[in-house]
Amino acid sequence: MSHDSPHEGDLHDHDQARGHDRSQGGSELSEMDARVRALESLLVEKGYVDPAALDILIETYETKVGPHNGARVVAKAWVDADFRARLLHDATEAIASLGYTGRQGEHMVALENTARVHNMVVCTLCSCYPWSVLGLPPIWYKSAPYRSRAVIDPHGVLRDFDVMLADGVELRVWDSTAEIRYLVLPMRPAGTEGWSEEELASLVTRDSMIGTGLPKSADTRHVA
Amino acid sequence: MNGVHDMGGMQNFGPVVREHGEPPFHADWERRAFALTLAMGGTRMWNLDQTRAARESLPPAQYLGSSYYQIWIEALAKLMLERGLVTREELADGRMRSPPVPTPGVLAAEGVAAVLAQGKSTQRPISTPARFGIGDAVRTRVINIATHTRLPRYCRGKQGTIVAVHGSHVFPDTNALGKGEQPQWLYTVRFDAVELWGPDTTAGAVHVDCWEPYLEALTRSR
Repeated sequence: MSHDSPHEGDLHDHDQARGHDRSQGGSELSEMDARVRALESLLVEKGYVDPAALDILIETYETKVGPHNGARVVAKAWVDADFRARLLHDATEAIASLGYTGRQGEHMVALENTARVHNMVVCTLCSCYPWSVLGLPPIWYKSAPYRSRAVIDPHGVLRDFDVMLADGVELRVWDSTAEIRYLVLPMRPAGTEGWSEEELASLVTRDSMIGTGLPKSADTRHVA
Repeated sequence: MNGVHDMGGMQNFGPVVREHGEPPFHADWERRAFALTLAMGGTRMWNLDQTRAARESLPPAQYLGSSYYQIWIEALAKLMLERGLVTREELADGRMRSPPVPTPGVLAAEGVAAVLAQGKSTQRPISTPARFGIGDAVRTRVINIATHTRLPRYCRGKQGTIVAVHGSHVFPDTNALGKGEQPQWLYTVRFDAVELWGPDTTAGAVHVDCWEPYLEALTRSR
C-alpha cells in the first residue's frame, strides 16, 4: 500500500524512480544475491548470526514499523492539545507513550509546521531517519540528489515533490548529523473538524512527516 | 574525512526521483543484507560510528556507484575482515575454513524485540557543564581531519546560534577510532542560509547538530 497521496502529481517513470538502487543490470543483481547468500551461510555456520533473528528483523521493518506509527502520533497531536504540547516539549517521551520506542528513535524532536514556518529533514552525511515512527527510509531520502540539494536548494527539492509553499513561509532545514531524530508535525488540513484520530491519521503521508510533502486534503476521505 | 558521503551543497546530481508505493526492500538480497548488518551489530565487535566510518571510507567512485545496501555489505565485510571474524577466502564462497572468533555477544531471535524496542541511547553522563546555552552565538571550527567526523564541510567556519541543548552524547570522532565514547555536550545550531551559501540558496535556515568540540564562542563578528 502506498503511504503517499494519490494527488502528489505525476511520478517519474518507475524504473527511473528506482534509480540509484536499480542501476545495476540483472547479472549484477544476481551477483549480489549470490554474495549475500554466501555471506549469510558463512555467518550462520560461524555462529555469529542466529538465522531466526534475521527473519524477525526483516518482518519487523517490513510489516510492523512504518509511517502508520508516525501518522498516529501526528493525528493525536492534532486532536489532543495536551499531547501536542508534550510532543513539542519532549517528543521522545510523548512518542513512547504511544508505544513507539527504540532503534533510530532514541532521541526524538518534533518540528511544528505553521502558517509561517515549514520544516524539512535530511541527513546529508548518510541516511539518519526516525525508524521508530517512519520505518526505513525511502530510496530518494538516501540518494545523492536529495542529500546534496536539501540544505542549499530546499525549494527546488520541494518542486520535485510538487509542493509549493505560500509566499513568506520560512523554510527551515534540519540536517540529522547526530543521533537526534526529527519528526515534522504538519499542519492539520482544513475542513477536518470533528474527524476521529483514525480518519485524520489516514491523511498523514510519510512525506508530510519528513517535510517534503503535505498531508492529504479533507476531500480525499471520500475518494478512498 | 572530506569524503563524497559529505554531500550537502554538492550540485549536478539531478532531480529527486520518487517511487510510487515504494516497498521497504527491492530485492530479497536487500532484506538479508539489512538483517545481517543489524544482527552482526549484536556481536558488539564494532560500534555505530565505526559502521558509518566503514561505509563512508569506501573509495569515492565505488561509494557513488553502489546502491545503498551494496554499501552496507561492503562495509560489513570490511569490519569483519579488519577484526578477523572472516577471511577473504571465506567471503568469496561462503565456506568456513577457520574457527569462529569469540564475540562479546550474539543477537538471539528471542532477544530481537527487546533489543529493537530499547534502542541504543547515545546519551552519557558528563562532569563538565555545558559551555553554551540557547541563544549563544557560536562559530563552527575549521577542521579537516582525515578520519570520521559529523561536522559537514558546508558548515565549517560558519556563524550560528544555539537553539537546543541535548545533553551529552557519545562523541563520534573518537568513538569511530576506538578511542572511547568521550561524551560531549550536543547542541542544535541554527545557521542563516546566506551565512552558509551566500545568495545562491533557497533555504531560510539550516540546522545542524554539533558536539561541543565542533564549536567556539563567537567573540566578535568578522
